[in-house]
Amino acid sequence: MENPRHWRLKKQRYGLVGEECPHCHEKLFPPRDVCPHCGGEAKEEFTFSGQGEVYSFTTMYSAPAGYEEYAPYTVALVKLEEGPVLTAQLTDLGDDEEVEIGMPVEMVTRRLRSDGDDSGILIYGYKFRPVMK
Amino acid sequence: MTEVVIAGIGQTPVGEHMEVSLRTLAARAIQAARADAGGLRPQAMYIGNFLASVLSGQSNLGALFTSNSGLEGIEGVTVEAAGASGAAAFRMAYLAVLSGFVDTAIVVGAEKCTDVTSQDLETAMMQSVEYDYEVSGGLTLTAQAALLTQRYMHEYDLPQDGLAEFSLLAHANAVHNPNAMYRRAISPAVYQRAGMVSTPLNMFDVAPYADGAAAVILTRPGLLPKGAARRPVRVVGSSLITDSLALHDRHDLLAFRAAELSVERACRQTGILPGDVDFFELFDAFTIYALLSLEAAGFARHGEGWKLGRNGKLALDGELPISVMGGLKGRGRPVGATGVYQIVEAVQQLRGQAGENQIPGARRALVQALGGAASTAVTHVLSV
Repeated sequence: MENPRHWRLKKQRYGLVGEECPHCHEKLFPPRDVCPHCGGEAKEEFTFSGQGEVYSFTTMYSAPAGYEEYAPYTVALVKLEEGPVLTAQLTDLGDDEEVEIGMPVEMVTRRLRSDGDDSGILIYGYKFRPVMK
Repeated sequence: MTEVVIAGIGQTPVGEHMEVSLRTLAARAIQAARADAGGLRPQAMYIGNFLASVLSGQSNLGALFTSNSGLEGIEGVTVEAAGASGAAAFRMAYLAVLSGFVDTAIVVGAEKCTDVTSQDLETAMMQSVEYDYEVSGGLTLTAQAALLTQRYMHEYDLPQDGLAEFSLLAHANAVHNPNAMYRRAISPAVYQRAGMVSTPLNMFDVAPYADGAAAVILTRPGLLPKGAARRPVRVVGSSLITDSLALHDRHDLLAFRAAELSVERACRQTGILPGDVDFFELFDAFTIYALLSLEAAGFARHGEGWKLGRNGKLALDGELPISVMGGLKGRGRPVGATGVYQIVEAVQQLRGQAGENQIPGARRALVQALGGAASTAVTHVLSV
């Protein structure tokens, strides 16, 4: 996949930078061009804390191309403490760690995939891990 | 307003057609539909296809399919809406005939899935999942359905075997469909033993990908060939609605809002309520879709859709038959062609040509296809 496409997403993937709507002050992640809550133009950056909880999850036993090395892996919908929900892999799960809805999780930066094409780009971005007790 | 009627239908068996190419599958369905329509010649072809550009390296199917099937020189174009591509193409054909600009249109749904490995196919299907923020986490279409199911089980009281009924029913209904991929019923024990694909979904919660092509010819009543014996099936309601592409952007994850609105609008167009139909051909790509679609259409309250699966209510002789020729689970899931298969099968029922699966006296059908996790929903009401 093309380099600019990944480069464009660096703030979101590395810093969890979304938006705060200047009109209705809803926090948005991922960023949107138009605020889904009030219809105003959304363009003010907002950095999320990276704290959240599991809203739903699944453990996948067959991985798509580029993700084989992680299989089986667990993907979750994570509800951020500021409100939005995002999709991310869960990581650093212990062997007997039971994932459950409502479990507190926090953002970490990890390698997401290795692109299989000739460019050999390593894609990094956010995953979430259980909050350390 | 002009009436739009279905003049002809055609389909190929759904399955792995290693010896047949995409264009030949399409041509077979087209020829069958044209023969069924008494030779009526279409002026426009609307193609439902999702993955030819990825799996076959082929776009511009309008030119390919028309010229390969003896219709060179007519209008021809592909309509893409992921798994709902065929149904979206049907809607475009309906609008074209309704507008009066096209007298007779042919809809062709065609998909060739089995030339690649199942892993490459699942990866290709991720095109209907949001690339920047869902795919980056390794999320597939199947995993999306699993996320819906897990949350559903958390919010509502879904029993252990609450999803199994939908899979068992689809397989039972496919037994007597000669074009179905799987023609053997499965037992609850077989369902329970199946391996996990994406927790909590097992193999029997997921419809199998397959090759296939189906075609439908639409026209105005006055243009039907003279002497056509049977009363034609009419298209009386049509709606296409979208929702957010990514699941994480939904206001209510379990609502299938696009499915709800498209049912509402298609029914309102013809002045009926969903409860006035004789069967509901829904989109059971995953068992959870069947359940959420029944709730979205208003046949059950949120959290209670699984109760409809009990006591034979959804069987062919029940109150509200679904997946009447096997659904996606039993007939198979020829991705972008699926929406056209659903229409063809509904027409078979309304004409009284459904054989062992015939619902006595079926006069009105609700037919719905979904693209992605109901990010696109296309609903039609057909009537005789």
